[in-house]
Amino acid sequence: MESVLGRYRNLTILVGVLFLQVLGLAVQVKRSADVEHTRLIRIWAVDAITPLEGLLVRAQNEGKDLWHNYFFLRGVRAENRQLKQQIEEMRLQQVRLSEDAAQARRLQSLLAFKEQVVMNTVPAQVIGSSGSDLSRSIYIDKGSNQGIAQDMAVITAGGIVGKVLRVYPSTSLVLMINDQSSGVGVLLEKSRLQGVLRGTSDGELVLERVMSDEQVAPGEAVLSSGGDQIFPKGFPVGVVSKVSPGKELFLNIKVHAAADLSRLEEVLVVTEKQEREAPVAENGGKMRAADILAQRLPSVPDKTAAVAAPGKPVAKSAGSLAAQGAAAIAKPQFSGSSKPAMGIGTAVGTRPPSRPAPAKLAPANTTSASPVVDSGAIPTGSGSVTAGPDGTAPSAEPNSASDPAKSATKPAPVPVKPPTTQSNPPATEDNPH
Amino acid sequence: MPVTIGVPLIALFLQAFLPRRIFSIFDLPLLVTIFFAMARRNPVSGLFTGAAIGLAQDMLGPYPIGIYGIAKTIVGYGASSLGAKLDVENAGARLLVTLGFYLLHQAVFFTVARGMVNLTLNWSWSHGILAGLANGIVGMVLYFVLDKFKQRT
Repeated sequence: MESVLGRYRNLTILVGVLFLQVLGLAVQVKRSADVEHTRLIRIWAVDAITPLEGLLVRAQNEGKDLWHNYFFLRGVRAENRQLKQQIEEMRLQQVRLSEDAAQARRLQSLLAFKEQVVMNTVPAQVIGSSGSDLSRSIYIDKGSNQGIAQDMAVITAGGIVGKVLRVYPSTSLVLMINDQSSGVGVLLEKSRLQGVLRGTSDGELVLERVMSDEQVAPGEAVLSSGGDQIFPKGFPVGVVSKVSPGKELFLNIKVHAAADLSRLEEVLVVTEKQEREAPVAENGGKMRAADILAQRLPSVPDKTAAVAAPGKPVAKSAGSLAAQGAAAIAKPQFSGSSKPAMGIGTAVGTRPPSRPAPAKLAPANTTSASPVVDSGAIPTGSGSVTAGPDGTAPSAEPNSASDPAKSATKPAPVPVKPPTTQSNPPATEDNPH
Repeated sequence: MPVTIGVPLIALFLQAFLPRRIFSIFDLPLLVTIFFAMARRNPVSGLFTGAAIGLAQDMLGPYPIGIYGIAKTIVGYGASSLGAKLDVENAGARLLVTLGFYLLHQAVFFTVARGMVNLTLNWSWSHGILAGLANGIVGMVLYFVLDKFKQRT
């Protein structure tokens, strides 16, 4: 026996070392559901590496800042101009989005939807990676001392990055969404198809579990579905880049990550998210679907206004209405208490009597027909609120409001065409279908 | 002695610190394992070097400790056995040896990760061979630099 061991000494040692490691691995796998038993060893390793990494990253950033902020200022003026223009565009976009958001809130409150809201985030700096090509994970310079806990979502302004896998006192390990062991519940923005997003060995993202008979087009946005209980619903995850037939009955959908996962420098850790009911509509009471529908419908011109001033052209009264346009957009003037007890069929043809005149200025397009944003949110003076690129902007022009002559010659903004989305209104008690 | 401890530590540090988008394909700890194993030509020494470097790499990663340890133990043992029998000082031979051991390393890693830990890893031949070649080329340069230390020590 001894001679055999002596003869195969090297091989015996190899088998022994491998056996010990396999044993250790088996113990870890078996206990993985409980408390992590290798935590102390990992803390030592991480504590040995990350402080130096943090120092180097900080020094690197300081040097970069010094260069970019004090020496390399070429093109800053042009960039400034471009950014200002971008701000203007984004303000316009904000107006539209505010309207959509307000509408969504009202509908959510109608259905008593619970929404997850990101309440608090901790900014963190990426200081290193796991040091392996096969795992996609990064180290950040914030840990349990800063309130970071396991399974917290990590995001950037671009989109989601991953989740906190391990937490150490001053650092944390983040498993990115393109790691092969990662899985994120997602849904497609337009088709609302749900699936699971997984990483591949190449660090790409693949959307799984979408049946091959579904229509998915490249370019469609992918959002977090909230089903994984880690990422709040609606966060941008990526964009569908390629769709091809996959194995069995499923599509092979490749997704381009919204966040640049290979160039992460700063991230946000979502430390607190709250589940709450959607805020109640601005009028204080709960609105019914019929109210919202009535508010969005095209209206019959207000005869009383025209009759009251017979000598004046209709355009004049419309102009005065246009003069109130900005206010009409800025402030919703519908009465939430009106609650027209009518069927949908009736609502399409008419509008509730209590609905005020400015609502007539609402365009036919449904996305902006019920403006509810605060007046402060509308960029005044630019006059560019009137036309959105997709025709969704309100039809009343702030400029015309300040220019009576101009508004007087402007034709009355009568309803253009009925909206097309009223065929399937939300169900209410009065109108269950 | 300082080189024996310092070089693997530097390799581990650089692997974790260098930007992922450029350097993630390289496995510096593996290259260092192969170099030390081949240079010593002692299988026991090679396997312990591989085990130590692999376990240290495991500690920094998200997976259970031991996956890289097992893979690098086998690579260390194989490289030192090969170094004892063949002349691997030639640049071309080093490229081929590194490519071969890279593929062996990945094969062991995937087997352990999928078989024992039940990780859902997917093997890609194109990525594996490209990464092996890239590591081989970097390895040639690295071995040349480390040869200088070897001569001094």
